[in-house]
Amino acid sequence: MEPSSSHDGSTLLSAVGVDKRFGALVVLHGVNVEVRRGEILGVVGPNGAGKSTLLDILSGAQAPSEGSVIFGGREVTRSSASARCRMGIGRSHQIPRPFGDMTVLENTLVGAMAGAGLDRRNAGDRSIEVLARFDLLDKANRPAGSLGLLDRKRLELARALASDPSVLLLDEIAAGLTEAETDELVATIAELRAGGMAILWIEHIVRLLTRMAGRMLCLASGRVIAEGAPEAVVSDTAVIEAYLGSAAA
Amino acid sequence: MEYVNAIIQGILLGGLYALFGCGLSLMFGVMRIANLAHGDLAVLAAYMISVLVSALAISSYVALLIVLPLAAVVGWLLQRFILDRSLKSGELAPLLVTFGLAIVIQSMLLEIFSANTKSLSAGSLGTASWKIGTQISIPVFTLMVFVVAILVISGLQLFLSRARTGRAMRATADDADTAGLVGIDARAIYAKATAIAVATAALAGTFFAMRSTFEPSSGPTQLIFAFEVVVIGGLGSLWGTLIGGIVLGVTQTVAGQIDPSYSILAGHFMFLLILAFRPQGIISTQAARA
Repeated sequence: MEPSSSHDGSTLLSAVGVDKRFGALVVLHGVNVEVRRGEILGVVGPNGAGKSTLLDILSGAQAPSEGSVIFGGREVTRSSASARCRMGIGRSHQIPRPFGDMTVLENTLVGAMAGAGLDRRNAGDRSIEVLARFDLLDKANRPAGSLGLLDRKRLELARALASDPSVLLLDEIAAGLTEAETDELVATIAELRAGGMAILWIEHIVRLLTRMAGRMLCLASGRVIAEGAPEAVVSDTAVIEAYLGSAAA
Repeated sequence: MEYVNAIIQGILLGGLYALFGCGLSLMFGVMRIANLAHGDLAVLAAYMISVLVSALAISSYVALLIVLPLAAVVGWLLQRFILDRSLKSGELAPLLVTFGLAIVIQSMLLEIFSANTKSLSAGSLGTASWKIGTQISIPVFTLMVFVVAILVISGLQLFLSRARTGRAMRATADDADTAGLVGIDARAIYAKATAIAVATAALAGTFFAMRSTFEPSSGPTQLIFAFEVVVIGGLGSLWGTLIGGIVLGVTQTVAGQIDPSYSILAGHFMFLLILAFRPQGIISTQAARA
């Protein structure tokens, strides 16, 4: 699956009728999401809307209670997270989770070898490429656990990219960063999209997504309450009530 | 001079303890499983070798070459079909499962082989020794075990730091969920880690059985030594198991020099002292963690 050859806008990854319940607690209800090739799909919603759970279900970290996940035309609902990563679903966490005892380089090597299935030599080249992209080359031999927040965020993205995903699931990359730091990561993500990668992007900062996303979706209390062009979604009354209203108050 | 000799014997004995400890340390490090059947798996391997030796009329060393890959397969199957399931049920379950496994192995050995003590022949190596002066003698077999222990530990360390699977093992040990999200199949990694651990247990069990007598109930004592070695050396450090082994071995032989009946007890006391005053072990891996 060559990401660069697929600008046709067809669906790459989708969740169909996904429910997620923990006992009586309904976290997601009847959620349909599709991420198309070469687009950034922005996902917004108030705290507790189920955004991260949706990412967990798409990436395979959690199984849905009902519904299915389709990737590249194949049902992957029952595939493990590691199998989905090898198929081409990459993911970054809101709070970066580097392998702290390993070096920065080893973190990306593991992604390149296990995720992209590269041999040692090519995994090394791939790692150097992604580390250079995120300006981490000079820290390649430092233990990942010693990095500061911005570098951890960079490494989180670099490691996800090392596994050569065709779709990238991003969870709040701007959280905790200054505007200048955020801009730097955003510029890199814009490059990835331009390279043909499909991106599903959760972010609290709505104006960041309205600027970057081709389409936007708003999740509230586990349901999709609006979907479409970013300007339309942010001016939707239901969205303003559920999300912007409460955030502005 | 007797004490110099005792210290040398203790250092060499530490190699055997380190061999027992490194597999235990690996399983705990990667899967957080404290394998209470570690010593019994080692004794099981010794029995397998004694059966092969008498059935095929081969030396213990040749039998060891057959048993090592078998032990790895046993470890792989054990993880895949028993321990993996227990890992899903919380932290207590693997402990109970390996405890149960220990009892099953001991009872099975008792049923098949009776409670009689056995020993494995170490061949001509078993009695050979080098004399240095009049007081110090270095038993060739114990020295060989020590060298093997160093080779196994360096090999494992090299594997963990350089090899593809080794790196994936460290990543899984660090955070299994995240490892899954970068494409690592934790189940496959776990099965390999247990395969390696059980093979090292088999190696240690064989050397132990060549050095002294063994019986179906010998496992738990070896398990306790292995635990002490891992704790003294520092959890999660492979070289730490060698240091832990040496500390335990030297304590036992030096105390044995004073009075042979104090030997084992002194080792346990040393363990308690380390636990009380340096609970992170001699080599602490905590500093590397953020």
